[in-house]
Amino acid sequence: MATVLRRGLDPGAGAIRDGAAGQPPPAAIGREDEPPPGLGFDPVRFGLLAFMVTVSMLFVSFTSAYVVRRAAADWAPLALPPLLYLNTLLLVASSFTLECARRSRGARHLWLVTTAALAAGFMLGQLGAWGQLAELGFFLASNPHSSFFYMLTGVHGLHLVGGFSWLLVLVPRSAQGALAPESPALGRLAIFWHFLTALWLYLLLLLFVI
Amino acid sequence: MSHTATAHADEGHAHGAPQAFIWRYVFSKDHKVIGIQYYVTAMLMALIAGVLAMLVRLQLGFPNSTFPLLEKFFPAGFAGGVMDPAFYTMLFTMHGTIMVFFVLSTAPVSGFGNILIPLQVGARDMAFPFLNGLSYWTFLPGCIVILSSFFVGAGAASGGWTAYPPLSAVKQAAPGSQTGQTLWIIGMVFFIASFTMGGLNFLTTILNLRTKGLSLLRLPMTMWAMLLVAILGLLAFPALTGAALMLLFDRHFGTSFFIPAGEVFNNTPLAGNHQGGSPLLWQHLFWFLGHPEVYILMLPALGFTSDLLSTFSRKAIFGYKSMVGAMVAIASLSFIVWGHHMFVSGMSPYIAMVFATGTILIAVPSAVKVFNWLATLYQSRIHFTTPMLWALGVVSLFISGGLSGIWLAQGAPDIQLHDTYFVVAHFHLIMAGAALFGVFGATAFWFPKMFGRLMNESLGKLHFWFTFVAYYCTFFPMHYIGIAGHMRRIYAISPPTGFYEYLRPMEPINHFITLSAFVLGSSQLIFFVNFFWSAFKGKPAGENPWQANGLEWTTQSPPPHGNWAGAIPEVHRWPYDYSVPGAPQDYLMQTDPAPIGAKAH
Repeated sequence: MATVLRRGLDPGAGAIRDGAAGQPPPAAIGREDEPPPGLGFDPVRFGLLAFMVTVSMLFVSFTSAYVVRRAAADWAPLALPPLLYLNTLLLVASSFTLECARRSRGARHLWLVTTAALAAGFMLGQLGAWGQLAELGFFLASNPHSSFFYMLTGVHGLHLVGGFSWLLVLVPRSAQGALAPESPALGRLAIFWHFLTALWLYLLLLLFVI
Repeated sequence: MSHTATAHADEGHAHGAPQAFIWRYVFSKDHKVIGIQYYVTAMLMALIAGVLAMLVRLQLGFPNSTFPLLEKFFPAGFAGGVMDPAFYTMLFTMHGTIMVFFVLSTAPVSGFGNILIPLQVGARDMAFPFLNGLSYWTFLPGCIVILSSFFVGAGAASGGWTAYPPLSAVKQAAPGSQTGQTLWIIGMVFFIASFTMGGLNFLTTILNLRTKGLSLLRLPMTMWAMLLVAILGLLAFPALTGAALMLLFDRHFGTSFFIPAGEVFNNTPLAGNHQGGSPLLWQHLFWFLGHPEVYILMLPALGFTSDLLSTFSRKAIFGYKSMVGAMVAIASLSFIVWGHHMFVSGMSPYIAMVFATGTILIAVPSAVKVFNWLATLYQSRIHFTTPMLWALGVVSLFISGGLSGIWLAQGAPDIQLHDTYFVVAHFHLIMAGAALFGVFGATAFWFPKMFGRLMNESLGKLHFWFTFVAYYCTFFPMHYIGIAGHMRRIYAISPPTGFYEYLRPMEPINHFITLSAFVLGSSQLIFFVNFFWSAFKGKPAGENPWQANGLEWTTQSPPPHGNWAGAIPEVHRWPYDYSVPGAPQDYLMQTDPAPIGAKAH
């Protein structure tokens, strides 16, 4: 191996070591001051947090578009479809029940099923809100506010479908008792789910309050 | 504690490599295979985008000639042997799109990032191998969608790589604004999704899977670049995702995010009920991504250059911490300067001043990098290997491209120079050129870790000198014609086909540029020959052919599945300990125990 090294290198430059693999590993090199590996943080949880940051940036860019677009003369604000109050309640409740599932020992499966039911209720309710608006004659292209309403609820809904599928993976596993008491998988799902709940509260504020 | 105590548990790789061809080389989850897949795909995309550029130059260099031969290849684009102007706009649009996203973001970041990150941080693989494989198999459909747009109805997108509405938002605006633009958007969404998956992997791997002893300030500059690039991508790309979604809605569902009222195309008022949309909104969202994006291209090249300069001058990199600081500063500033792409958009001069100030500030960390590189080279005995030549080329292009950036950063000169060939010269030198040279340097340097062999040095040097000279001959004169008023994205400048008699004196220069571009384009064939020949027939490299000292050089070439046959090595110093006084050789591996030499970094 060592002979290949000299190709392209100036052979006279410095002392060139012979074995490409370097020295044999020293016997004992424990050093107290060596930094610990990594961040000492669950990599999956870290990756999930980074993903939530990038999703947040998506909604930050939508927000800036919303703020710019709202200043145009053709802006016609929609009235809040009352069904959204119920949907919001369902989603907040699903966050609560998921947290109960995470802490519960005996009734975890029941809490998870309740969470899934509430989440399904929220998604159906969002579709219902779309239907209510459409009945009033507000479609995607009707005015800029309705465009943003459909788009933002749609993009939020897609992320929620992702979280919901994740939940549906965990439900049968909890039925089989395959989830550990301090299940990291459930903990991660809870982080993402609360994020989506918070995101929905933010969108509600952005679309109808601010 | 014994040396065999490794930082990571190895359970993930206890099973060994998958044996079936399809799982081992096609749907692989091994970062090295994925990296090579990304790299090779990007280089093939580069070949296509390069041909597009050659056709653009053909038209500019020979505006009044006919090419009956080309009609056989492009019956619609070269009807009667003359290039169709609409075809020309597709050429430069797709050249830019493919080169920026599918080549120069992909080869250095997704390609070398994947190959190098686990090797340089001492990990068995990326943090999320499945996500990594999925990311490539999201990228490839993106490539296919983008390329397929050439073959649909009216052809590929033609609104420029920046896809400004209303040109990109209204189907009847141009032939390329029909299905081609839709496919452009879909291709970009695939690309962004794959880049996001990659970014999550990069960030998590570099921060969480470093081996014992590898603190952040012992990372090679390449790893710093990858870390920052991952952060930039995760923060900036969502702006384009959002904008692309809104553009899609405007195009297909009748919304008015970007389309204002009263649009008229070909004397026909725009159908539908569009009003109130803001084309400027797209520009802001696009460039909020777009400016960090050009640093996504640049930073890996700057990282490679630092590592290569240090290795081949057999000297520690000068000012490591200031180099890291400069990169962090460049990356941070990139988020607050996007407005300098929009000085002619009617922006208030006071706001333009803010953007200009931020942009000029970038010159400070950039200069820090250049002076540190020069200080690294100062009084060293330089080994002029192929990778070193490319690294020196990056330094050269970074300086010459950076100087024109100072002009363009300021509102007043930019209003004169905006959308002229001066801009084309600037970004081809600094962004495209430096990134491309960085990729070539990295390819020559890390080829052993990709294929276990060395690239041919003679062919490599030949390729470098042809490329270097032809690159300057192609792009340097563009400064001059740009100052003279030659606009970019123009089909022909002077009569009979063009409109601007005052640009006629630029035609001989255009002619020269085109000939240089042809030399530049054809000399890339040397690289492709060298690449494929060396991958199969090159000289076996051995573990550490360059006598470099990073972690990746402590394992076999190519590294086995799981990267180290035995335990993952422990790190005791930074990767720049060359010519340490008192050391037995002129380099100390990162894994050598600390007491050797003067001090452990």
